[in-house]
Amino acid sequence: MELRFTEAELNFRQEVRDFLAAECPPETRAHMIAGKSPTKAMVVEWQRKLNARGWAAPEWPVEHGGPGWTPAQKYIFREELQMWPAPSPLGFNINMCGPVIIEFGTEEQKKRFLPRMRNLDDWWCQGFSEPGAGSDLAGLKTRAVLENGEWVINGQKTWTTLAQHADWIFVLARTDPAAKKQEGISFFLVDMKTPGITVRPIITIEGGHEVNEVFFDDVRVPADQLVGEVNKGWDCAKFLLGNERFGQARVGASRERIRRLKMIAKETLDGGRPLIEDPEFRRQMTEMEIELKALEMTVMRVIANETKRAGTGKPDPATSVLKIKGTEIQQGVSELLMKAAGPYAWVDGDPDAEGSNDWDVAPDWAFGLAGIYFNWRKQSIYGGSNEIQRNIMAKAFLGL
Amino acid sequence: MDFDLNESQSLLQDSIRKTLTAKYGFENRKAYMASETGWSREMWAQYAELGLLGLPFAEEDGGFGGGPEETMLVAEQMGRHITLEPWFSTVVLGGGFLRHGAETALRQEMVEGVAAGETLLAFAQTERQSRYDLFDVQTTAKKDGAGWVITGRKGMVLHGDTADHFFVTARVSGASRDKGGIGVFVVPATADGVSVRGFRTVDGQRAAEVDFTGARAAHVLGDPEGGLALVDRVVDEAIAVLAAEAIGAMDVVHAMTLDYMKTRQQFGRAIGSFQALQHKAADMLVAIEQSRSMAYFATVAAQASDAAERRRNMHAVKAQIGRSQRLVGQQSIQLHGGIAMTMEYAAGHYFKRLTVNEAMFGDTDHHLRALADAGGLVQAA
Repeated sequence: MELRFTEAELNFRQEVRDFLAAECPPETRAHMIAGKSPTKAMVVEWQRKLNARGWAAPEWPVEHGGPGWTPAQKYIFREELQMWPAPSPLGFNINMCGPVIIEFGTEEQKKRFLPRMRNLDDWWCQGFSEPGAGSDLAGLKTRAVLENGEWVINGQKTWTTLAQHADWIFVLARTDPAAKKQEGISFFLVDMKTPGITVRPIITIEGGHEVNEVFFDDVRVPADQLVGEVNKGWDCAKFLLGNERFGQARVGASRERIRRLKMIAKETLDGGRPLIEDPEFRRQMTEMEIELKALEMTVMRVIANETKRAGTGKPDPATSVLKIKGTEIQQGVSELLMKAAGPYAWVDGDPDAEGSNDWDVAPDWAFGLAGIYFNWRKQSIYGGSNEIQRNIMAKAFLGL
Repeated sequence: MDFDLNESQSLLQDSIRKTLTAKYGFENRKAYMASETGWSREMWAQYAELGLLGLPFAEEDGGFGGGPEETMLVAEQMGRHITLEPWFSTVVLGGGFLRHGAETALRQEMVEGVAAGETLLAFAQTERQSRYDLFDVQTTAKKDGAGWVITGRKGMVLHGDTADHFFVTARVSGASRDKGGIGVFVVPATADGVSVRGFRTVDGQRAAEVDFTGARAAHVLGDPEGGLALVDRVVDEAIAVLAAEAIGAMDVVHAMTLDYMKTRQQFGRAIGSFQALQHKAADMLVAIEQSRSMAYFATVAAQASDAAERRRNMHAVKAQIGRSQRLVGQQSIQLHGGIAMTMEYAAGHYFKRLTVNEAMFGDTDHHLRALADAGGLVQAA
């Protein structure tokens, strides 16, 4: 048992911090500290800087441009970026589609797509959910039919995050309607410029444009853009979702938000005294901090087990905790941030706009906090809702 | 980071596990509790034989040089069987004072007896007004010639009814809640002016109310007016041990609950097939895994040399695990239903131990407030 970071790991942390200080554009950092999502230009610029440093795809094998890090290094890297804060490597490219191509794709697909993914020459988005297939993803209805050597896709995807920026989309579509629902699905790579694709924005309750509907109307896809075997797309989907859950703890992001919360709670007055001196508020904040500390250690345990479990196909029970606790903490902190801002949380700022507080109607720090609170309600719904997570735990770990 | 046990740790774990599995079933425990001492002398001798009682002491003092990880392993197994013997009071609390506060001569005098299972120790700290504040001490220590005499009443002295020596906090100077002016004194149970009234606690352990009336201390540990730092240190280590015990108890009662959910039939099917119950069981697992993480953290954090940081971290440990063990204890009863309300069924006994463990050295509210007052764990931006 060794429960501390090694000297080498601590040195690596410093190396990451030094890189952030030297290379992360201050405007990007300020934008993110204010609680806004980084713009497309910010994400692309940063991803390319990471790629130039060899750090664009932390989880990928070295032969595909991964840095060859240990699980602990990957963790440190991810946390340091979240705490700075700086944009994370683009999840759709690096944590979702990339690993699927590496695991299931052809040599040709790897050569064609992976380098461009890493450098963010192509921005990818995820075509999984449908109006009738949310938590029950395998109930999807989008169809792909083989015609003259090409797949023709018809159907509708929804909740497609940042499709408005995307050059490519990875799509689950039904290729055998007669088979059992998980067994007739295939995994496709589709160019967003293909005729027949229409993207329609969905504006979420806080006013932001993050998600979209994507319609497929006789979209013709070359046969070499199917990943893995026909009708085996569910294996790709399960593999991808398994990777997704791991990133949902977001310990560094929550720590960054709590720092911000404390700064705000010192500046804002309640009953004539700094809010941070209010015992009830402080207690609520402290509850978040202790759960976050426990979550941080849970992540460490999952990381320490990751190498050992690789290849056994056995999931770690602690992994399920990450999604549920990670999202509960993020939502809890976003709620406290809004509470801390008091009446000044009510300004309806456009979360995507630059310099939203130009009219000077509220303290800068109050701006957009309500937007984040409302937006982050999504966290316990996406990526397998927290109730689905409990179903998974009951079945996989509790034997119920 | 490596959470795996090394070879000697695995051996240690196996040997305790085997012994307790063989000799500490629920029926055994009931018999031990009903015995005259309220715990098993035979098991105590077994612990000595296994080396558990001398484990954390340095080899030159007659111990086995085990570290905090080894103590955690023992605690987890003790928690799995909700054992009744005075291991916590003698080895963890008394032993903590010996390791961190006693001079060489005293350590060498006492460690041998402790390791052999012949000497029992207890920590006399709580007073009627003190609640969970370690510095709220009204018991007095007065200089008398070369020594000290102790006067005051201490309550909830765990295993005070069988202890051979008490480690007593007493005030040399200052007002009731001053942090200075407190010393830690060693008083033999046989000293004149010591009167002990033993009783059973709700979770089946033994404790005592102890009156010191001009009782003469045999030793004082370190500075007689600067003992609070020592008390804090020993209690912080004890909190890490309580954490590991709670993990053991939570694991067992959760497994017991799952077994029951798979076998108990209602409405023609196992109750574990109902989603409302499954989600509660899943929430218990979330709480347990978060607590297990915190217990690992505790073993490291309790060793920190910076006392303020160490205290903050241990507040977090106690508060997080406290919330979890309350949830797990209560839900294990709820998910079982009526059967777990009976004295004949083990779940209730685990619930009671978890409840007392949560409150020992400060309940969840106490530690949450203390951590909040100390500024929390995360620095402001």
